[in-house]
Amino acid sequence: MFIIRFIEIFLTYHDELGKIVKLPNYLFNIKDFLKLGGWKMTDHKDVKPGGSNAGQAPDTSRRQFMKNSGLVVGGVAGGSLLGGLLTNQFKSDKSAPVKTDTKKVELTEARMFFSRYEDFVVLEQATERILPKDDNGPGAIELGVPYFIDKQMAGSWGINGSDYRQGPFLTNDPPVDQTSLNRGQVIITGIRKMNDESRKRFDVTFDKAEEEQQIEILQDFESSKVKLRGVNAGSMFQLLRELTMEGAYSDPLYGGNRNMAGWEMQEFPGAVPSYADIIEKDEFVKRDPMSLTSYQQKS
Amino acid sequence: MAEKLEKVDVVVVGSGWAGGIASAELSKAGYKVVCLERGKERSTKDFIGSKDELRYTKRHELAQDLTKQTMTFRNNIGDDAIPMRKHNGYPIYDEGTGGTSVHWSGWSYRWLPSDFEVRTKIVEKYGEERIPKDMPIQDWGVTYDDMEPYYDKWEKTAGISGEVNPLGPPRANDYPNPPMKESPPIKLFKEATASLGYHPFRMPAATISQQYVNPDGETINACVFCAFCSMYGCDFAAKADPIVTVLKTAQKTGNFEIRNNAHVKRILHDGKKATGVLYVDPLTLEEFEQPADLVVSAAFFSGNNRLMMLSGIGEQYNPETGKGVIGKNFTSHYTGTGGNSATAFFEDKKFNTFAGAGALGCVIDDFNGDHIDNTDTDFLLGFNISIFQDGAAAISNNRVPQGTPYWGKEFKEKSIHYAHRYLNIGGMQGTLPRTHNYLDLDPTYKDIYGDPLLRITAKFTDQERNMARAIAEKCAEIAEEMGADIVNTPPVSDDVEMTSSSVNTHAAGGVIMGTDPEISAVNTYSQVWDMENVFVVGGSSFPHFGNSNPTETIGAFAYRAAEGMINYLKGDGGLLVEPKSSKATV
Repeated sequence: MFIIRFIEIFLTYHDELGKIVKLPNYLFNIKDFLKLGGWKMTDHKDVKPGGSNAGQAPDTSRRQFMKNSGLVVGGVAGGSLLGGLLTNQFKSDKSAPVKTDTKKVELTEARMFFSRYEDFVVLEQATERILPKDDNGPGAIELGVPYFIDKQMAGSWGINGSDYRQGPFLTNDPPVDQTSLNRGQVIITGIRKMNDESRKRFDVTFDKAEEEQQIEILQDFESSKVKLRGVNAGSMFQLLRELTMEGAYSDPLYGGNRNMAGWEMQEFPGAVPSYADIIEKDEFVKRDPMSLTSYQQKS
Repeated sequence: MAEKLEKVDVVVVGSGWAGGIASAELSKAGYKVVCLERGKERSTKDFIGSKDELRYTKRHELAQDLTKQTMTFRNNIGDDAIPMRKHNGYPIYDEGTGGTSVHWSGWSYRWLPSDFEVRTKIVEKYGEERIPKDMPIQDWGVTYDDMEPYYDKWEKTAGISGEVNPLGPPRANDYPNPPMKESPPIKLFKEATASLGYHPFRMPAATISQQYVNPDGETINACVFCAFCSMYGCDFAAKADPIVTVLKTAQKTGNFEIRNNAHVKRILHDGKKATGVLYVDPLTLEEFEQPADLVVSAAFFSGNNRLMMLSGIGEQYNPETGKGVIGKNFTSHYTGTGGNSATAFFEDKKFNTFAGAGALGCVIDDFNGDHIDNTDTDFLLGFNISIFQDGAAAISNNRVPQGTPYWGKEFKEKSIHYAHRYLNIGGMQGTLPRTHNYLDLDPTYKDIYGDPLLRITAKFTDQERNMARAIAEKCAEIAEEMGADIVNTPPVSDDVEMTSSSVNTHAAGGVIMGTDPEISAVNTYSQVWDMENVFVVGGSSFPHFGNSNPTETIGAFAYRAAEGMINYLKGDGGLLVEPKSSKATV
């Protein structure tokens, strides 16, 4: 197929980018590129500011993709666009729908860090209190935040894999960054203390406590009224809050922001290759979000 | 026992802008250059699809591997310092080909004539007594006019997009490229500041407005405003960095080799002259000696200082006696005072702030440097004020008006409501040196090879706190004029103290330039007074920190230093500048 060959030629040039070869100008002119590929030019007018395809069956045609990705820009396209997107998206017109069925079982959602269910339900409730479901959209649980945190704690972030870890460490109620505990240990320590506090104060586990009771405990963590062994409670809470925000709004590849619902809620379009077409626009432009799945070069 | 390698003309430590420029200029001049880069090999290929906020902005993918080495920090002489165990909001330094110059935002400013003659100008205007006893400000030994051709050269290499600053110093040429497109937030700032009687101009940008071929023949593409810019490498090769410019130029000469995974431990010398460097490959732990006629240290302020200290070149600065030069005049665009900015919340306006570019912005210089009259201010020198739209990515984009809780129902509702309804106006203050803000080696903490870490000792003074308040006040005035419904400025408390996260990529000093070896470590060509064939290039040479971003000034001084290196290698050796005693004026 001519298009694919064209892309291969481009990739050859792209591979050279880090070296010496200068890219020919025509490769940066998307109109020429489209003509070469025999595609119809999508007129910029077709992109409706404020419009959304939500609720419609996803149109995975090349043309629709061009619109959604902002690929039709002021005559300029470059690296990532041609390096990854096109090969993946345009090889077949019958590619799988971009959006997944929300009722589908998430095969990547199994715990790899939290060995006890009783800890995980505390994590679920604590993150939901930090970012609760409301009229604007889903909360932490629906967004997959607890599974995101589980994966993060099981990975290099949870074991401080890129931090300086030589002693001596601070020992007197140290912040997360200065304790000898790693982040996974900090989170488990805090989560279990939330449960202990709930049993002590309200005679129920944290996950069964009333929302107001859960909030009271979290506020006492935030203000460091609660004392943890080996780490400052306020600092632990800040870590949990930060992880919650990351789980809600990071690329779905990490297991949170399920179905990009966090991005839709915030009207954040995700990993869009170019905004040259809208940067000067006065009106707010809403797009369906794109994730890094769209950038994966398969061959 | 280190393996001794074949001698080369020049060994350069570090491949950021400073090392990249030295590498390009010397290899173009025909010298054999080996550049030692501590991090891995990187090219534009690594940045394809790198639009991942968690990986780059939050987890600092491009930053230096702290498992091997970091810095320590304390406020006061006598305190125990603690190590920076992870990178904070702004990582202090990166590693890998192109160094810290890859993740930058591209804000490209010239510093002012009054910066280079800072002491003379302050004394002229306000008298000697206006300078606090513990503020060792000193002239740089060059003037703006001396530096203008080097600034011009760097702007052409990087293809800077901009328009002439109406209050700026004289320029021989316009910017090589026109300003970037104007987005609504930029327009709003421009109109508001103009109506207040200020002089707005578009932020000079290394995220460039059109495809451009620089004088070395390297192509930089046009920025497409993808918004994954500051903290990211550019997958479009549209942000000028050493990978797409000077390192490529060096490669083309055939005289250049870059060696990645090379941790330089010492500059080797015989007491008078350097003979080369000792480095270790962190993957195999093999040690190598690379002999060279000329050693260029361009390893960020931190690497430069530490290498001088570990190698025993120059005398360590002692804050109590004022003697010694290495480690003196540490400065940074410290964050953490509060103030310094204002947030403008709008109820009836929504902006496409998810789009943007590192240096898509607009600036006023009306309070910059000596444009501000310090007669009645409770601080010295000034600040610039700008707005920029570099792309508000989702994790970080949760600004709420003051008084809103930071989590829970109200937080969520407001953070979603205001996600695209706020703009930030910020200032950047120049930083003046203090005798108590300095660098030395930590007595406790070590790197993986057993060598001591660099230790920063620094604290705020009223100078920083007061200026932070003044900046916030001006930013708020502009935000009001822009029609904001709510204007917030972060409060500044009298006792707010510096932490390790106050220090960021904009850090400098320790191997400062000047005309007098008693109070400076290098001359204005970055040549070490005490060792003529060692040039220490980069922000480490700044005697104080100007009011705007440092990269362009680092680039300009790197071009000047490279000129000096070539003259040194061509000539019979010796110092390029005769040392002068300035005892009378300091």
